[in-house]
Amino acid sequence: MGAKATREAFGEALVEVGGDPKHVVLDGDLMKSNMTYLFKEAYPDRFVECGIAESNMVGVAAGLALSGKVAWASSFSCFITGRLEVVRMSVGYNEANVRLAGTHAGIGIGDDGASQMALEDIAAMRALPNMTVIQPCDAAETVGAVKYLADEHEGPAFLRLTRQKLDDVNGDGYRFEFGKAVKLREGRDVCLFASGATVQEALKAADELSGEGIEACVVNVHTLKPLDAEGIVREAEHCGGRAVSVEDHNVVGGLGSAVAEALSEAGSGSRLTILGCRDYGQSGSGAELYDAYGISAKHVAEAARTAVGRSS
Amino acid sequence: MDTATEVEGREALVERLNDIARGLRVTDIEMLVKAGSGHPGGTLSSADIVAALYFHKMRLKPEEPHWPDRDRFVLSKGHCIPIVYAALAKRGFFEEDLLGTLRKFGSPLQGRPDRIRCPGIEAATGSLGQGLSMAVGMAIAGKLDGAGWRVYCMVGDGESQAGQLWEAAMLGGRRGLSNLCVILDQNQVQQSDKVVNILDIDPVGAKWRDFGWHVREIDGHDMAQVVDALDEAETVHDRGTAIVAHTVKGKGVSWMELNPDWHGKAPSDEQGAIAIAQLRGEIDGDESRRRFEALEGSK
Repeated sequence: MGAKATREAFGEALVEVGGDPKHVVLDGDLMKSNMTYLFKEAYPDRFVECGIAESNMVGVAAGLALSGKVAWASSFSCFITGRLEVVRMSVGYNEANVRLAGTHAGIGIGDDGASQMALEDIAAMRALPNMTVIQPCDAAETVGAVKYLADEHEGPAFLRLTRQKLDDVNGDGYRFEFGKAVKLREGRDVCLFASGATVQEALKAADELSGEGIEACVVNVHTLKPLDAEGIVREAEHCGGRAVSVEDHNVVGGLGSAVAEALSEAGSGSRLTILGCRDYGQSGSGAELYDAYGISAKHVAEAARTAVGRSS
Repeated sequence: MDTATEVEGREALVERLNDIARGLRVTDIEMLVKAGSGHPGGTLSSADIVAALYFHKMRLKPEEPHWPDRDRFVLSKGHCIPIVYAALAKRGFFEEDLLGTLRKFGSPLQGRPDRIRCPGIEAATGSLGQGLSMAVGMAIAGKLDGAGWRVYCMVGDGESQAGQLWEAAMLGGRRGLSNLCVILDQNQVQQSDKVVNILDIDPVGAKWRDFGWHVREIDGHDMAQVVDALDEAETVHDRGTAIVAHTVKGKGVSWMELNPDWHGKAPSDEQGAIAIAQLRGEIDGDESRRRFEALEGSK
């Protein structure tokens, strides 16, 4: 598998699992962007076009789920998780089997600009007591997550997906293990925690650091809730408590916060540097923005150098 | 519901349902007095419709709350749930003793409906404007499965100011959900003032019609009209039905009627006793008001 957007892998995976009539897919006039049109073509009767009315779409998904369906409501992540109060009561409080698929997450979408950039979605969804939060880092992981959510998971879940293509990190034969952080690279000097689109940045940073004699451990946290707290603490401590997190999301409430909570609750003496966004975003190319917002590989590498006391 | 009903004449049916509605109103006031908080106005305005739904129209198995073929009811105006709790207890979904625990810590009878805690509740509501979306989702699921069950959803007139409700009305209309019947309890008053003074929703029947629904306007306190409208909804096969029920907030207690003060305040023990006396027909509306004013004057 080459580079592929996780939204694309999502659309294809939905068709794969969609043969089971329990699956219903809803969209809000974005099926070509979310790739849910693939499901519509395959199973037109079970595709519900809700128009540009996301609050209603989330509520309708809840109603479908309360009637025995697994309802996949898809939109740009900022539009769907932005209907937080509907997600809270109609989906969360009802324990409805809804899958909120938020695509076009983060500043990685580039040109479209701030209004389309979901940067608080993980924080919001993580705060809902029974909401599962998954952010896959490549196509294979997306397929694994969709299959898991289709057939095994009970209760509400949020799947955070990208507009942009992501490197094939996991390779063929990858087996998605829900709730388990994945160590992608061994290292003892510093631990890099990443999720979704920033996993490839962390891996590139680790390559760069290796050339300087710094061995970084890279951990992919695809399941942000429930968090693999034990694995996270273990890897951070394995690196002498030197840790960096990097996310295409606000620094409040996302990956960095989740990792910090785990480290703190475990009484770990680790020191975590949290890299992420601090405003609403803006237009630009994805690469420009990753640099400007300090979440590209070179910023991860620099934070790692500082963490090990070898700042340039 | 059962064989007895099928052979029941129309007049007897109406009389039976009126009796039940009266009993639900009394139970409602008793519950609110005991809870010390709640919403008398909107529970009293919806009592007749709730009686017709739970004791005439809806197919339910109280001993099996999740019976797959049951009809579904979503109370989108979730703050009025005590009148539904009264109906659920009377239908046998839970013991009547439980009604005294309304709004108390640990009770399944939460201040707003809780699907997980309370048998017979189909959906959590209470954040206004959301219930119809869930009802539309249920109706779509029913259509996908070719199921025979129907979905009923009661919305409020103040609630009809919420945009999401009209998103749901648009989608429901577009999909021709003949298995969905919406009942608007147009009781004319919301929390702060009359609806017309806050943000008028009329002509609301025309709005529903324009969104593709079969619309029937009724007096929501005339049981024969309520029953006719609910029956008629089942005969419309190409679209959903919206029943615009013209009602009176606080119906049955003269000094509560159309008075925004009784939107969200429980009567005291003494006030409740006067209300119940009127609801039971022991005193008329004028006497009820006289006693209420005397009580207030004595404070």
